[in-house]
Amino acid sequence: MSAGDDLSLSRRNVLSGSAVLGLSFFVPLGRLAAAPSSAASLANTFLTVTATGVELALPKTEMGQSILTTLAMLVAEELGVAPDQVKVVIPKGDAKRFAPISQGTGGSSSVRQMYKPLRQAAANARAALINAAAAQWGATPDRLDLINGMVVEGGSGRRLPVRALLAAASAAPAPVDPPLRKARDFKVIGKPTKRIDSWEKVTGATVFGIDVRLPGMKVATLIQCPMFGGTLGEVDESAALATPGVVQIVRGRDVLFVVADNYFTALQGYIAANPRWEAPSTPATQSQILAELRQALTKPGFEAKKQGDLAAARRAMASEHRATYHQPFLAHAAMEPGSCTVHVTAAGCEIWSGSQVPSQAREDAAKALGLPAEKVTFHNCQMGGGFGRRLETDMVVRAVELGRQVSYPVKLVWSREEDMAHDMYRPAYLDEIWAALDASGKPVGWEHRIVGSSILARLLGNAFKGVDGDATEGAVQIPYGVGAHRVTFQQAESAVPTSWWRGVGGLRSAFVVESFIDELAHKAGQDPLAYRLSLTSNPRIRAVLERAGQESGWGAKLPEGHGRGIAVLELWGTVMAVVVEARVVNDEITVPKVTGVVDCGLAINPLSVAAQVEGGVIFGLSAALFGEVTINDGRVEQSNFHDYRVLRLNEAPTISTHIISSVEDPGGMGEPPCAVAAPALANAVFAATGKRLRSLPLSLQEA
Amino acid sequence: MALNLTLTINGRSVALDARTADMPLLWVLRDILGLTGAKFGCGAGLCGACSVLMGDERFFSCMSPARAFVGQPVTTIEGLGNDPLGKRLQTAWVEVDVVQCGYCQPGQIVAAAALLKANPTPDDTAIEAGMSGNLCRCGTYPRIREAVKLAARAGAASDAKGKSG
Repeated sequence: MSAGDDLSLSRRNVLSGSAVLGLSFFVPLGRLAAAPSSAASLANTFLTVTATGVELALPKTEMGQSILTTLAMLVAEELGVAPDQVKVVIPKGDAKRFAPISQGTGGSSSVRQMYKPLRQAAANARAALINAAAAQWGATPDRLDLINGMVVEGGSGRRLPVRALLAAASAAPAPVDPPLRKARDFKVIGKPTKRIDSWEKVTGATVFGIDVRLPGMKVATLIQCPMFGGTLGEVDESAALATPGVVQIVRGRDVLFVVADNYFTALQGYIAANPRWEAPSTPATQSQILAELRQALTKPGFEAKKQGDLAAARRAMASEHRATYHQPFLAHAAMEPGSCTVHVTAAGCEIWSGSQVPSQAREDAAKALGLPAEKVTFHNCQMGGGFGRRLETDMVVRAVELGRQVSYPVKLVWSREEDMAHDMYRPAYLDEIWAALDASGKPVGWEHRIVGSSILARLLGNAFKGVDGDATEGAVQIPYGVGAHRVTFQQAESAVPTSWWRGVGGLRSAFVVESFIDELAHKAGQDPLAYRLSLTSNPRIRAVLERAGQESGWGAKLPEGHGRGIAVLELWGTVMAVVVEARVVNDEITVPKVTGVVDCGLAINPLSVAAQVEGGVIFGLSAALFGEVTINDGRVEQSNFHDYRVLRLNEAPTISTHIISSVEDPGGMGEPPCAVAAPALANAVFAATGKRLRSLPLSLQEA
Repeated sequence: MALNLTLTINGRSVALDARTADMPLLWVLRDILGLTGAKFGCGAGLCGACSVLMGDERFFSCMSPARAFVGQPVTTIEGLGNDPLGKRLQTAWVEVDVVQCGYCQPGQIVAAAALLKANPTPDDTAIEAGMSGNLCRCGTYPRIREAVKLAARAGAASDAKGKSG
C-alpha cells in the first residue's frame, strides 16, 4: 500500500461512521504498564493515573465541539472523579500512538469512536487499583469502588488512597477488560456538565495556533496566485525589501511569501512587492462550472444504490414529480484564519498549528521536506474553528515550503482575504430527484442523481470507482420508504479545490431529500409532518418527528408572512429534526425561531449536545441564507465577511433543544444540526410564501 | 530605537518605538507586546475578534493605529478581569457555558463590557445593537445573549448590595 493509500484510508476512516465504529470494538487498550522508574503511576494508551490526579492524552482534537470535556467525562465516570479533575493534554501528531484509532477529528466520529475504548481504559485502571486494595485487605474486589481518589470498601468503610496502591496496581497483571460502570450508576455521564476549558478561553489565555510565539521568530504572510492554476510572475522585490522591518522575500511557483518582524510589516512588504500573476490558459468561470455540472447531469452516472424495480414503478405510477436542486461552493470561514509556525533545522522540523489531522499533518510536512516522519514534531494547538478546513494540511505544507528556505522560526499567517481566496471549498452540486407516485401521492419509485466534485476521488486516486460514498451519504439511506430506489453519482471537477465541510455529504443530501419530500407532501395535499410520518415506520425517526411537532407548536397559527418548515435525518448514529420558523417581509427572509429535537443515543453531556444544536443550526442557516462562493476570471469573488456573510447575533434565532432520552450507544452531534437547517428553512419559506426555492443560498429576489 | 510612543495598556505604561505609531494596535499587542488575547479575524473591522476597550468604549484594534490610543487607557481581555464588570462577564460566560472554539470570545466579552458600561441594564434590542459587530462561527449567539443578561443582573445585584451595605 502506498503512502497515498494510507492517507486516503485514514481520512476515509475519519469520515466513515461504520469503519470507525467497527474499529472501536477491537481496539487494544495496551497493557497497564508500570512507570519506568518509580511505579508512581499507572498508565495505558490514553491515561496516566498518579498520586495527584488523572491525565488524559486526548486522542481527538478540540475545535469548539467540547470533545475535551466530553472525553474527560468518560474517564471521570469510570475513575470516580469529577471531570474537571481530569487533566487533558493535547498530544503531538503521531500516527502510531493511538493506532488503530486515528487522531483525525471529523465526520462526527469522536464520541462514537471513543465512547467504549476510553471508558474501558479507565475501567481497567480502576480495576487494577481495586485489585491492589483487595489484595492488601484480603477482601473481595466486587465490594470495592474507586471514589474521589480512594478505594473504598462497602460496609466496612475501609479506604486506601490511590497513591498507596499505584505500585502494587502497576506491578500486578493487568485486568482484562473488567465491566464498565452501569448506566443506572452514572454520576457524570448524562449529566449536564460545564466545559472544563472555559476559563482559559474567556480570559484570552488559550493558545491557538495563531498565538504561538517562539524566541527569534519572524512573522510571514503569503499570497497565493489568486487564479486557480496560475503562477507567480514579476515581483518588486527591492521595494519590498526596502520596507523597514521586512526581512526576506521567498518566491514559489504560485506563491509569494513576505517575512517580517511582525504581521503588519509583512503586509506592507506585500503591498510594496506588488506581485503580478500569470493566468492559467483557461481561467475558471462560474457559468462554465455550472454548465459542466448541467452537462454531467445528462450522463448516466455511477450507481450507488439500486433497490426494487424502477421501471415497474414508472408503469404503475398515478403521477410523477421531478426537481433539480443547486448548491454552491462554500468557504469554511473559520474565525481563525490560516496559520502555522515552523522551525526547520538540520536536526528536523518542529511545527505548531491547529489540525484536525495532526498525524497526517506531520506526515505531509515530512514528505514535503524529504524527511522521515520521526524527524518532524507536530505540536497540535486548539483551533479557532475547524468545520473541516483543518482536515486539510495545505496550511502546514505551505509553512514548511517557507520554513525550509529560512534560517529562523517563522509563523505564517494568512490574511482573511487569502483564507477566502484559497480555501478548499464545499463542492458545488446539482441534484435531480424523480419520484413515481401512487394515487394517494406516496412515492413508489425514487431516483436521485447527484453530480459534483468528488473529495474521495482526490483522496483515493486510482482506488476511486466512480461513486463517492461520502457525497451519496444521506441519499442512499433516507428516512422514508419510497419503493424502488436508485441513486447515482457523477463526478464533475473544475479548477476549484474542494474538501470536507461541516455536514459533509449528508448536508447536501438533506437539503435535496428533505426539500423534495416536502414538495411531494404539498403535491399530495398533505401536511408535511403527517406526510413524513406516513412514510416511515422507524420508531426513532417517528419519535423525533412527533416530538418536533409537539415542541414547535406545529400547526398552530402564525402571523402573516411567517411559515414553519421541518426537516429530519438519520445519519452519524443520530436522528435529528428541526422545525424552523421563517419570516418573510419584502422578500427578505429572517428566522425568528428554531426547535431542535435529537435522538443521539445516550447524550453524554446534554449541555454540549445543546451547544452543537445551537451552533450547527446557526452554521447551517448562515450557509442557507448567505453562503456562496462564486468564481470569475479564475478567482474567487468573495474576500471577507462583508461579501461572504455569516449570521450575526441580531439575525440569530432563538433555539430550543429537546433531547430524546436514550441509553443506546451515543451518536455524532457535529454534523446533524447543520445538515437539517437549510431544508427546514426552505420548507418554511415555502410555507410562508408558496415559493419553492431549489437553489442555495435561498433568495426570493431571484425566485 | 526611538522610544517616544507611550501607551497605557491594562494599567501599565508601555514605551514603544515611534515607528509603530501607524501600526494597527492589534499587531502591537500581538506581535510586539505578546498579548495574544485580542484576535485577528478579518483585518477590516467586520468581525470584532480584535476588540479592545479605550476608556469605556470598544475599538476594533485591527483598524486603529497605535497612535490613536496615546493618552487613553487601553484594556485588553488580559486586563479585563481586573475590572469588576469584566470579571462578572467572564464569570457569566463560564456559568452559561458560552464558549465553543473560543477564538471570538475575548472580542465578544470586550464588546459586552463596553455595552454594559454604557447601559448596565440592556434590553434585547440594546444587546443586539451592542453585540452584533462581533461574529462567532460556532454560533454561540443564543448563549451570549443569555450571559450578557446574567452579568447585567449580577451587576444590579452587587450594586444593590453595595448601596444597602
